[in-house]
Amino acid sequence: MANFSYTIYILLVPLLIFAIVGIWGGKWKPIISGLIGTFGIAFILVLSYYAAYQYFFVVNHVGHYKQIVAMNFLWLPFNKILNVHMGILLDPISAMMLIVVPTISLMSHWYSLGYMKGERGFARYYAFLSLFTFSMLGLVLSTDILQMFIFYELVGVSSYLLIGFYYQRPSAVAAAKKAFIVTRFADFGFLVGILVLVYYTHSFDFMQITDPHSPVFRTILGKAFLGYSVLAWALSLIFVGAAGKSAMFPFHIWLPDAMEGPTPVSALIHAATMVVAGVFTVARIFPIYVHYTPNVLLMIGYVGGFTSLFAALIAMTQFDIKRVLAYSTLSQIGYMMVGLGVSRYGGEEGLGYTAAMFHLFTHAMFKALLFLGAGSIIHAVHSNFMQKMGALRKYMPITHITFLVAALAISGIPPFAGFFSKDKILEAAFMHNRLLFWVEYITAGLTAFYIFRLYFKVFWWTDEPQCDCKPHESPSTMTIPLIILAILSSTVGFIPFNKFVTPDLKAFPVETDWGLVSASVAIGLLGLGFAWFLYRKENDLPDKIVNALGKLYQWTYDKFYIDEIYLFITKKILFNLVARPIAWFDRHIVDGFMVGVAIVTGKTAEKIKGFQSGHLQQYAFVFIASVLIIALTVLYFIGA
Amino acid sequence: MIQGIPITHILVVSVIMFFTGVMGFIIRQNLIAILLSIELMLNAVVMNFLVFNRYLFPHHLQGHFFGLFVIGVAAAEAALAIALILNVYRRFKHIDPDKLNEMKY
Amino acid sequence: MNILNFFIIVPLITVFLILFSKSLKTTRIIAAVGMTIQLLLALWLMYYYLVHYGLKQLHKMIFVSDTVWFPTLNIHYAIGVDGISTAMILLTAIVIFAGVFVSWTMENLHREFFISLIVLATGVFGFFISYDLFTMLLFYELAVIPMYLLIGIWGSGPKEKHAMKLTLMLMAGSALIIAGLLGIYFSTPIVNGHHTFNMLEISKYTLPIKAQRLFFPLTFVGFGVLGALFPFHTWSPDGHASAPTAVSMLHAGVLMKLGTYGVFRVAIYLMPEAAHEMAWIFIILTSISVVYGAFGAIMQKDLKYINAYSSVSHVGMITFGLLMMNATAIDGAILQMISHGIMTALFFALIGMIYGRTHTRNVYEMGGLLRVIPFLGTMYMIAGFASLGLPGFSGFVAELNIFTGAFLHADLFHRVATILVISSIVVTAVYILRFVGIMLMGPIKHEEHLKLKDATWYEKLSTITLVVSMLAIGLYPVWIINTIMGSLKPIMLKILGG
Repeated sequence: MANFSYTIYILLVPLLIFAIVGIWGGKWKPIISGLIGTFGIAFILVLSYYAAYQYFFVVNHVGHYKQIVAMNFLWLPFNKILNVHMGILLDPISAMMLIVVPTISLMSHWYSLGYMKGERGFARYYAFLSLFTFSMLGLVLSTDILQMFIFYELVGVSSYLLIGFYYQRPSAVAAAKKAFIVTRFADFGFLVGILVLVYYTHSFDFMQITDPHSPVFRTILGKAFLGYSVLAWALSLIFVGAAGKSAMFPFHIWLPDAMEGPTPVSALIHAATMVVAGVFTVARIFPIYVHYTPNVLLMIGYVGGFTSLFAALIAMTQFDIKRVLAYSTLSQIGYMMVGLGVSRYGGEEGLGYTAAMFHLFTHAMFKALLFLGAGSIIHAVHSNFMQKMGALRKYMPITHITFLVAALAISGIPPFAGFFSKDKILEAAFMHNRLLFWVEYITAGLTAFYIFRLYFKVFWWTDEPQCDCKPHESPSTMTIPLIILAILSSTVGFIPFNKFVTPDLKAFPVETDWGLVSASVAIGLLGLGFAWFLYRKENDLPDKIVNALGKLYQWTYDKFYIDEIYLFITKKILFNLVARPIAWFDRHIVDGFMVGVAIVTGKTAEKIKGFQSGHLQQYAFVFIASVLIIALTVLYFIGA
Repeated sequence: MIQGIPITHILVVSVIMFFTGVMGFIIRQNLIAILLSIELMLNAVVMNFLVFNRYLFPHHLQGHFFGLFVIGVAAAEAALAIALILNVYRRFKHIDPDKLNEMKY
Repeated sequence: MNILNFFIIVPLITVFLILFSKSLKTTRIIAAVGMTIQLLLALWLMYYYLVHYGLKQLHKMIFVSDTVWFPTLNIHYAIGVDGISTAMILLTAIVIFAGVFVSWTMENLHREFFISLIVLATGVFGFFISYDLFTMLLFYELAVIPMYLLIGIWGSGPKEKHAMKLTLMLMAGSALIIAGLLGIYFSTPIVNGHHTFNMLEISKYTLPIKAQRLFFPLTFVGFGVLGALFPFHTWSPDGHASAPTAVSMLHAGVLMKLGTYGVFRVAIYLMPEAAHEMAWIFIILTSISVVYGAFGAIMQKDLKYINAYSSVSHVGMITFGLLMMNATAIDGAILQMISHGIMTALFFALIGMIYGRTHTRNVYEMGGLLRVIPFLGTMYMIAGFASLGLPGFSGFVAELNIFTGAFLHADLFHRVATILVISSIVVTAVYILRFVGIMLMGPIKHEEHLKLKDATWYEKLSTITLVVSMLAIGLYPVWIINTIMGSLKPIMLKILGG
């Protein structure tokens, strides 16, 4: 067995960079911080690739994997049996994430050297990126569900810091706050879920609680609460946490707003890595879901399916290119959830799981590419809105080609990466749940349509850009990562995932259903063609369609008013109907009561101080009168 | 034992004297008058001592001694009180106890 | 001589030397030196305990000494520390150390100020080292009284009124405590012709249940007033708002912990049977405290009020953890005492520094401060993150212990209360981020704020001390958890065994 102890540096190095750059970075020339960050990540990339290579090919036989705990130490002892450990767990999915996270992270670091050049707070930016990389790697390598929760919080905070990077912009501050609070709310569910689960299993350890045959589940089975089994409650609550991070409906509202952050951050965090944390979590606990609570898994599938369709609809109408991409991310994560939701366990039945992980992998590549491409466009045009763009293909050839590759990949056109993974998800859905299959099938068409709408609007549409700017190709620090990602996006689809990542850790053969393949390609091409027809050249057909749709379009454009509902609940109900009355109640009733006691005491003293008048004669009168009264009373009773 | 006068008669007189004193003490607004009232009460008490001694224990003298003792103390007390009253008068130009409230509250 | 005596003697010498000081410069240097010695002592004590007992989860009362002080009533000057009190002493030393540096430029009546401050700290140290109930009470009063002067003279706003409110409410609490302590005293069996105030002795007996039923609520509420137990918490917002910076720090950071420590050491430890019986009432009250304090903070405008309400919420969590009466939750509660102590001290220190610059504590009048005072702004954000329980800081560890411990209860009541309490983490995030957003981020609201100067060396020193302490617990909590756990063992035996 190979020694994996070096994997600790995968976590330590970014943390160290965060500390060093965070504390002293401000004093240096900005570029030094950038280089430290980038080279640090490059170092981690090498280590992680090596670890993944070792895991997949050296330590295990291909197709037969074991979970390996590379290192583990006691972090927080609760009592004799319940302890939180920190450590590194290697299994196919975490090894896969070891490839995804550093790759995308390195690309973002590299790209940011050009994109963020001359920004205030350059060092701070790199410090936060390192913090994020640390947290994300910690999350995927967790050995322990509480470790995962801890890193959930940490990715949440790094995302908060990065979204709020332009902290003087009120919209960025609001977006950062929203992202943190929404995910915090979900984490609340996650924590309660963990506690419910752990109450019965007495173990936080993934080795125990992801093994359905482990004895820790003996007590929880058969326990029920409000008509559902306790395990179903626990796992649903854990899914709430996952849904928060992965921005599933109804927690999706934070993700589009998160686009306020710098674009490379959107690419890294809000498209490729952090948002898949939820998918990763579900995949991590997948054996339990599938063995004990298939209903919850089905619910996850439906939530994913709904989100994907819903987000794709919204994406069709948006004009801010980053928003389109954000909704597209939601939609694609929905796909992954569907993949998990329709999956079963063991052999070919686990296709959905494999496909979801595969899609996670490919999506990371092409979505990062899309975002970085969008960043390159924004860098040139200084606007997020596609009305300001058009005809950019003439000015930005590299960006154009790479963007086209990514767009083809997300639309599921072979031989680009998205095709393979999406097709597998559709296949799995077709096998197990026809309803979800149709939802996802339609979404695939919508996806091709909205992404090519974006593509044509940006790169074609008019003859000249509609902004008063001189678009130019971005510097090489930005284009090289684009090219690398484009190469990855067109090649990673050929990786035989069914050999590496499966729910039962054993490879299974996979057969291609050519009918389904052609159907999925067809719908992709249909969407593409429709977009081509509408947006290839400037015309007024799109506006006519918009007018024809009327209210429906308006609703979609306004994102179905979900944000407004949230705003109503928080501002109107929580702030005005809960917090304000409590503040008032505290000041006036509770404190009023305390003050009231003091006032009553004072008033009483004021009233009775007359008794101590100092008038001798009054005293004498009272004294004698009292003596007389007492004497007479006594006499009356005794004498009688 | 005084022939023909029952003890109750004398006691009635002393009670009247005593309560006249009490009343004077409570309602008079003049320190001298209050002092007089106190004397009146003391005298009533002295009278009682003597009468009880004479009527109940004719062969003992304690009552008489106490009477003398009270008279002596009363004299001292009167002297002291009048000195105080004079000082009060010098300072405030009146001797109304209700208005002597400099030190109150 | 018993080394613990130095915790009393050093501050007293410091106070004595300050008496002869002529200028602020000498005063603050004397104070700083004295408190640094104190901090070193506390660090040494912690180190000593850790190495010998803490890391091995052992329990021992160390440096025990017992001198009869008032024979008629069998009152002893009995001192000694275990892991829990060692940790609390360290907390006190850290906070008072930072507090001295925060008051570095206290011009007005500097001698009197530092003397009162240090006398207060002496009271707190004395409280934590003694295990004779009466001596404890004595030190407790010693800590509460200077508070009145400190707020009444050096405070701001309607300081006399608020000082009065604070002192009177705490005195009312003391009255209950005295009644409770005397009750405990007279319920102990007579040995050698005397009842006893000695906590360790008392813990060996089971007090008659009737006495417990009467005196448990008395001591609990009495100490609870200082621990801001709902509905007796209203002194806290007003008092903190009016107090000068260092005093807010000490008060919220340490003095409130006297209350919770008393709840734990006197009420729950000595009368566990009654505690089991009556816990539900107080669990309801503390759950209310936690959620209510958090919601109360959302709508405040004044930075200090925000923090005071947040303290109500966090300290409520301490009492809540104590009432769960299992080792994990109590462990978390004690950790939360330390963690909240440091965190809130940091908060108040920063509020004082920001107020010293902007001359307003109204959050809505500030904006974009992170840009002009990056150090203080960053520190404020760190404090905020610590407050909302971010992993890596001590608060997270403490809260996790409390939640897990509380959730281990089998019955629905405890667990529903726990979920309610956990929900406060969301509300906490709401108000912290809301005010961080308003105050530190966004555009700068006032022109004159552009000229603000960032932290000076003494401000940096005090804030960094506090942040480092939080990180030391938050990043690797095993050492302190083991220390507390070790000392909890006999206590848990008493609490659960009865």
